Amino acid sequence: MSDARIEGYAKALFEIARAEGTLDEVEDELFRFARSYESSDALRNALTDDMIPAAKRQAIVEDLLGGKATPTTTQLVSMVVGSGRGSDLPAIIDVLVARASNSKNLEVAEARTAVPLTADQQDRLRAALANATGKQVNLKVVVDPSVLGGIIATVGDTVIDGSVRTRLDQLKARL
Amino acid sequence: MSLLTLGHLAMGRLIAESGEVSVDSEGIVTHSAFLPEKSELIYGSIASIIIFALLFKFAGPALMKGLHARTDKIQKELDSAAADQASATSEAAGIRQAKGDINAERERLLAEADAQVEQLNADFHARLDEEIAEMQARALADITTASGRQSDELRAEISRLSSAAAERAVAESIDEATHQQLIEAFIQKVGASA
Repeated sequence: MSDARIEGYAKALFEIARAEGTLDEVEDELFRFARSYESSDALRNALTDDMIPAAKRQAIVEDLLGGKATPTTTQLVSMVVGSGRGSDLPAIIDVLVARASNSKNLEVAEARTAVPLTADQQDRLRAALANATGKQVNLKVVVDPSVLGGIIATVGDTVIDGSVRTRLDQLKARL
Repeated sequence: MSLLTLGHLAMGRLIAESGEVSVDSEGIVTHSAFLPEKSELIYGSIASIIIFALLFKFAGPALMKGLHARTDKIQKELDSAAADQASATSEAAGIRQAKGDINAERERLLAEADAQVEQLNADFHARLDEEIAEMQARALADITTASGRQSDELRAEISRLSSAAAERAVAESIDEATHQQLIEAFIQKVGASA
């Protein structure tokens, strides 16, 4: 999909969420859904397979998110998947999250961890990243077991890697 | 004078000298039972002389001419035979020379063929030695490469197994407390890096 079309979808989703008054929740849920979509081959294949009817793909989305996310999030994802743009979902969501963050003068910061962070840890990490980058950040935590331990934080083009995975990779490279 | 005439004259002289004569029954007197009368002998001799003279006069040139012609013909045949002999001798000499040349040429060709065979043999052996040397060098290089590759593969496999073992050991050794320590350490480190 072209950047313009991705921008168009992201803008539409952003406006709908803002109009609904659930932008923060929707943005956060969409971000986490996008990361799950990226890490799951089965989910990605199911939502991008043209042989599966659009209604069935939308039903899959509603089964996955129904009761676990706000109705707005579920409907937005269902709409994108139903229109046959499932493969562009992460890109659309990332643009939406960036747009939402910009609207609040925040920089998107992604933190990948092996275990969930407590609210206190998220607050301290947000403050630490703001202190390190000099920017106020919109922290998004992604639980990724492949990290093994520690945190990989990404703010814009800056990556701060304190993961066990990277240390193991460095050890492997030395071997 | 021909021999015949001389014979007749000698015969008449002998009869005359003997003095014997005979008479037959009819009264014909004959002086000899074998020889004619003297007059007949004289006339006959004269006639013979005339005839031989005429023969010599008129037939002699033709006869001599024929003899000369025959002599010339025989001479020509002798000359021709001599020429043929000379030609045959020359041709035989040429053939003998040609045979000698052929033998020499055959010897030369055989010698040349032997030399070529020797050269080819030497070239073949040289090329064979060169190819064997190349093959040995290539085989050695292949063995070295294969050995290096196997060594690399072995090293990579050891690295892979070591990494996998290390990853598994680390994953099993990280408990909840360690996770929290790692997270806290990261937050402190980032916060202090301003």
